[in-house]
Amino acid sequence: MKDPERVVIAKECCKGCELCIDACPRGVLEMSEEINSSGYHYSVFANKKDCNSCTLCAVICPDMCIEVYK
Amino acid sequence: MKAVYERPRTLRDTPMHYCPGCGHSIIHKLLSQSIDELGIRERTIVVAPVGCSVLIYNYLDCDGSEAAHGRAQAVATGLKRARPECVVVSYQGDGDLAAIGTAETIHAANRGEKFSVIFVNNAIYGMTGGQMAPTTLAGQPTKTTPFGRDPKEIGPPLRMCELLSGLEAPAYIERVSVHDVKNVLRTKKAIKKALKNQIEGAGYSFVEVLSMCPTNWGMTTRQASSWIEENMIPYYPLGVYKDRGKERNAK
Ligand SMILES: Cc1ncc(C[n+]2csc(CCOP(=O)(O)OP(=O)(O)O)c2C)c(N)n1
Ligand code: SF4
Repeated sequence: MKDPERVVIAKECCKGCELCIDACPRGVLEMSEEINSSGYHYSVFANKKDCNSCTLCAVICPDMCIEVYK
Repeated sequence: MKAVYERPRTLRDTPMHYCPGCGHSIIHKLLSQSIDELGIRERTIVVAPVGCSVLIYNYLDCDGSEAAHGRAQAVATGLKRARPECVVVSYQGDGDLAAIGTAETIHAANRGEKFSVIFVNNAIYGMTGGQMAPTTLAGQPTKTTPFGRDPKEIGPPLRMCELLSGLEAPAYIERVSVHDVKNVLRTKKAIKKALKNQIEGAGYSFVEVLSMCPTNWGMTTRQASSWIEENMIPYYPLGVYKDRGKERNAK
């Protein structure tokens, strides 16, 4: 099985609050252009190479949509 | 790769009804993590308030009880006295704990009941659509104070940590916030400490958490975080107001 990515975001659970975007010290996350089935823009693991699995995005996520792997 | 951040066992894998960026959901997660880390899920009872977090029993996979509006600490008193081996947590909003439930709060604290309280201060009545709470800031507009709260007419906002730390019995009182990552991590420590105190029989532990209600504040989630930093914290200073454990160790 392929190793998971460092950050896995459950896009359907995201409510688009954007708190993770501000929490990430390395500007790794971005908001999607598309919307999910609840109508929210969701957070996307975009600049993957800059991620060091610090977990801060997951710490702030109110809806437990983010899992982090190292 | 190994998971370094995943869903705590106590937090059910179900979507929460809270608005985007609501502090309640962060606090539910922190409480769940603390329950997991202390290994007390099987003997924890969370008393739900009336307010937006009335449905907390749908989200936490532990025992629970619902209380009438404001009466959570009266229910918690009964539960803890009847089942002292259980870890009892009273989870309440500011309308619940500091308006309709003021008497229950003050007397439970004054009796030194041996349970833990998580007090979510979002400076407003969330569930009912944004009316003024006892904790609404001076000048803050709400549905019932459209021109801002006027302290000359209705008194200044209640500071519960300061009020309760005037009592002899409480063991631990701290005010924290969840408006940014650093403070979320501090809040986690405070909640865990409040539970640990109870396991060790230390007595009444009270954690006030400043929390965002972007919907009823009429703000974006990001503005709501800044609003806590710039407006709430200057009036509600963060920190430990009472820690009998520390005082005991210092003697
Ligand atoms: C006896 C009684 N009075 C009034 C109400 C209406 N009511 C429901 S929730 C609430 C206030 C909730 O505010 P708060 O405790 O601050 O919690 P939040 O929703 O902000 O988390 C009120 C007044 C009620 N349910 N029961
Ligand atoms: S109304 Fe406020 S307290 Fe209630 S769920 Fe929405 S953001 Fe949270």
